Amino acid sequence: MSKSMLPGLTRDEILRYSRHLLIPEVGLEGQRRLKASSVLVIGTGGLGSPVALYLAAAGIGRMGLVDYDIVDASNLQRQVIHGTGTVGKPKVESARARLLDLNPTVQVDVYNEAFVSQNAMQIAEGYDIILDGTDNFPARYLTNDVAVFLGKPNVYASIYRFEGQVSVFDARRGPCYRCLFPEPPPPELVPSCAEGGVFGVLPGTIGTIQATEALKVLLGVGEPLIGRLLLYDALDMSVEFVKLKKNPKCRVCGPDADIKELIDYEKFCGVPGHDHDMGSAGKGYDITARSLAERVRHNGLVLLDVREPHELEISNLPNAVNIPLGTLAARLAELDSARDMVVFCRSGTRSARALELLASAGFSRVKNLKGGINAWAREVDTSLPIY
Amino acid sequence: MPILRIPTPLRSYTGGQVEVQVNARSVGEAVEKLVEMFPTLKPHLYNDDGRLRPFVNLFVGEHNIRDLDGLATPVAEDTRVLVVPSIAGG
Repeated sequence: MSKSMLPGLTRDEILRYSRHLLIPEVGLEGQRRLKASSVLVIGTGGLGSPVALYLAAAGIGRMGLVDYDIVDASNLQRQVIHGTGTVGKPKVESARARLLDLNPTVQVDVYNEAFVSQNAMQIAEGYDIILDGTDNFPARYLTNDVAVFLGKPNVYASIYRFEGQVSVFDARRGPCYRCLFPEPPPPELVPSCAEGGVFGVLPGTIGTIQATEALKVLLGVGEPLIGRLLLYDALDMSVEFVKLKKNPKCRVCGPDADIKELIDYEKFCGVPGHDHDMGSAGKGYDITARSLAERVRHNGLVLLDVREPHELEISNLPNAVNIPLGTLAARLAELDSARDMVVFCRSGTRSARALELLASAGFSRVKNLKGGINAWAREVDTSLPIY
Repeated sequence: MPILRIPTPLRSYTGGQVEVQVNARSVGEAVEKLVEMFPTLKPHLYNDDGRLRPFVNLFVGEHNIRDLDGLATPVAEDTRVLVVPSIAGG
């Protein structure tokens, strides 16, 4: 947009943004440019929280928020845009209220729905840049493809435990997400934050870098992370950069691209497009907490706990054998395939994977505790905490 | 000896080790030595047909081995090989 077309700032806005106006790289023109800008923040969770807060504070003109989820107490350890008072409310509504309190001059559009192939292009086309704050592979591939097809920058960040990645994928000027990761990992090999956990401050660090990149792209200043991937590790406080090149074989942005429209991303990734625990191994392979309580009372069966040892301090079931999922393949000899067995974890997701592993090794008398030890804590022994 | 840097999601298979030294002359040899030391890591790095999984990226210095000589990319005594997997948390 040419300078003469940019919106002006009111007296209040000049005061509000005075610390920006003092920086030559932003100045009055840059601030007017931010006011004319629009961003789409996909996901209002760990990354979306600092991203939305800082971009609203910076004076972005219009911000779209996409999330289908509701605020849960377990979100508040890191999702700082929400609060105790908004637990149980839609995340986009909780976020909008906080953003408008922070900066009422920002227009906040909310999409209280999942970001899926059916609505993604329509939602994203009205924004200048897209920020990927999603929490699962289907949504990440979808976000990438939407950005490529619409010719918009995808400011990307992702996190796991203590580690974060940030880049700016802009297929017009550099590689896209698929150039780096042509295929998603098989679902059984990579745990999500819901299973693996995340250091609460990590999305704050990574999300603010993501917001920084978005502002640089919008202002046209500095060197955005196009063609570079930032790798952050909070434990050893290391930051490394690697170079990313366009992949000539990329299926969406390469010269011979064969993906020309949005696909079924859940099918492509083999997992649902959300980070919620399903806690089920499928029909016929599950046992409910109440049924297990009956079985435990009447006959002996092996209880196999596949959680990590440090989780046993939070809650445990008497007489359970602990073999963490990651070591199960190497420790099968410790188990007797002739005995009935029930596998469990926190929520039933890891134990469903353990059941698959056991079944492929010839264990046929195994069931998965649906909903994990948390379901047991809800339905059988309410003295146990839910985590 | 060259060093492989192990990312968080894979550290539970290396006994928590962040960096692993291996005696190798190429990236491919370094990864083979790594999975010999930590066999449960193997399915995370290799497909059933023995090829490196496409979601695992290996970088020598700043460069993806895809842009160099792939697994044949040589490594020197002081080379650091970064293992960069895809993570999806947000």
